[in-house]
Amino acid sequence: MEFIRNIPLFAIIVSLFSGPLCFLLEGKAAKRYTFCLELFLIAGFTALFVYILKTGEAFTYVMGEFPAPWGNEIRAGILEGVMALLFLLVLFCSVYGGSSFVEQDIDESKVHLYYALIHLMTAALLSILFTNDLFTGYVFVEILTLTSCGILIVRELGRTTLAAVRYMILNLLGSGLFLLGVVLLYTMTGHLLMVPMQQVILELSADPAAMPTLTMAVGIITIGLSIKSGLFPFHFWMPDTYGYATPASASILSSLVSKAYIFLLFKIYCRVIGISVFERMPIRSILLVLGIGGIIAGSVSAIRSDHINRMTAFSSAAQIGYIYMGLGLGGMAGYSAALFHIMVHAVTKSQLFLTTPRLAEVSGGSLLFKELQGSGRRDRDAGVFFTIAALSMVGIPILAGFSSKLQFGLAAVNAGGKALIPVMLALAVSSMLNALYFIRTIIRIYTADERTEVRPHHGPDYLIPMLLLTACNLFLGLFSRGVTELIRTGIFLFG
Amino acid sequence: MIEHLLANNEEAAAVILFGIGFTMLLFHKNLIKKLIGMNIMDSGIFLFLASMGYIEGRRAPILTEGVQEVSAYINPVPAGLVLTGIVVSVSVTAVMLSLSIRLYKRYHTLDLDEIYLRSRHQMEDR
Repeated sequence: MEFIRNIPLFAIIVSLFSGPLCFLLEGKAAKRYTFCLELFLIAGFTALFVYILKTGEAFTYVMGEFPAPWGNEIRAGILEGVMALLFLLVLFCSVYGGSSFVEQDIDESKVHLYYALIHLMTAALLSILFTNDLFTGYVFVEILTLTSCGILIVRELGRTTLAAVRYMILNLLGSGLFLLGVVLLYTMTGHLLMVPMQQVILELSADPAAMPTLTMAVGIITIGLSIKSGLFPFHFWMPDTYGYATPASASILSSLVSKAYIFLLFKIYCRVIGISVFERMPIRSILLVLGIGGIIAGSVSAIRSDHINRMTAFSSAAQIGYIYMGLGLGGMAGYSAALFHIMVHAVTKSQLFLTTPRLAEVSGGSLLFKELQGSGRRDRDAGVFFTIAALSMVGIPILAGFSSKLQFGLAAVNAGGKALIPVMLALAVSSMLNALYFIRTIIRIYTADERTEVRPHHGPDYLIPMLLLTACNLFLGLFSRGVTELIRTGIFLFG
Repeated sequence: MIEHLLANNEEAAAVILFGIGFTMLLFHKNLIKKLIGMNIMDSGIFLFLASMGYIEGRRAPILTEGVQEVSAYINPVPAGLVLTGIVVSVSVTAVMLSLSIRLYKRYHTLDLDEIYLRSRHQMEDR
């Protein structure tokens, strides 16, 4: 076996051990260590991705010499590879773009704990992406929930604690449902590894009497994970959670954590249930309706808010709606559009959440719209980055947001039937609403104000992450066709 | 209907427990009671898993008295899953309790609606 195949497991184990290590280090040292480790992991996963592309197929990594159906496995294919690379990049940018705020918002004696949490979270994210075992998935879902609660409450405001409690309660409901679904599937199939499970489920699905139970189990898992990722009508925790967390945390929570749950859900559909069985269940149409509901509800609430972070958080709810709409549309076009949008949203939303506090910094520390007037002129770097990310969200060509909206449209045409008109209407209305609230914000931050002092350009610790995210954004926009082809090959390899 | 429930009484009890816990976690105002609800919900799942994994008349899978047939023992995996689940549930409970303490110290109540109202009054919005 080639050495490179060890990378996913190695990365997970190193991240798990780095948590306690950072606990022992001091704040500055922990930050430096995190910086080096993240770069190292990005390099490793780039090598792994190149290796997977070269071989053109996925590989499974058997742990402890116990082959399936016993033992535990890691699977690495194109989808896992590309997602892991993107997640690590966004994580790196979020942690470094927001590190100065981490030092402001957190007591100096506790900064190293923040980095310890980041490492544990990296381990959880990677495990959820790569695991081939449903119960391992559950365990790391819980670890992800705990660490995300941790990075939320490090900022010791009353509002963040309250937000964390609400976030945790909903997440616990979601975890409970997810676990129940996994247990039901286990009792039906007798397996926990995804491949043997799928074989048994394929046999079971031929029996009409087994279909209702199977649908119920999948439905319970879907409800659980969609509560955790914030699908309408479970999106109301988002504004408080993202709005008052330290910027690095808001960026990670909105762009990575919720996406990891969606990726796991998609993995379950493809690799545990099997797309052919899944498409016979009525779950897809429910996801489509809730997705469209999320798009409209998120956009309307975003327009009504007077706080820039709350607006961005509600916009996240709408974007989650898009992703579920893609899953609901189904077919290769729908799934690839959903996965492409996961990537687009991760890149764009992290940039927005890292930029808004900079705009607030030159506006007396307020995130309210009326105070932000002219902030794009006072902090020119942040203004430019905010404009790029906001235009991408609205869907201006050459930026990533445009490509993903185009793909949702194409997927709707492909799916045809009853879905076509509602999806097209939702796309049109939400693009209009998006344009309304983002362009309104851009105009607001560039409208002249009596405060005219201009802050000097930012240092590389802010500019490099932002430039990286902008480059990713442009890359996804300009090479969307190539990326989509890659995703489609990945889905094909998925099962 | 009733016969089915009686025949699968452990599963029925597990689902009822899950329902009680879920509703408490979702709708109860008091934070501590919410947490108790969460623990009841998890216990429901563990009961379900444990009852599914147990077969009447078989023993724990430890070779004793030279009995080698598979049919003499139960499958150890569900028990392992229950143990893992208990560990997860304990750690989640610990985190939630610490959060409750922090909220109580700040707002002097455990009623979530009341806490929400009080947090509205303290303007921490930037």
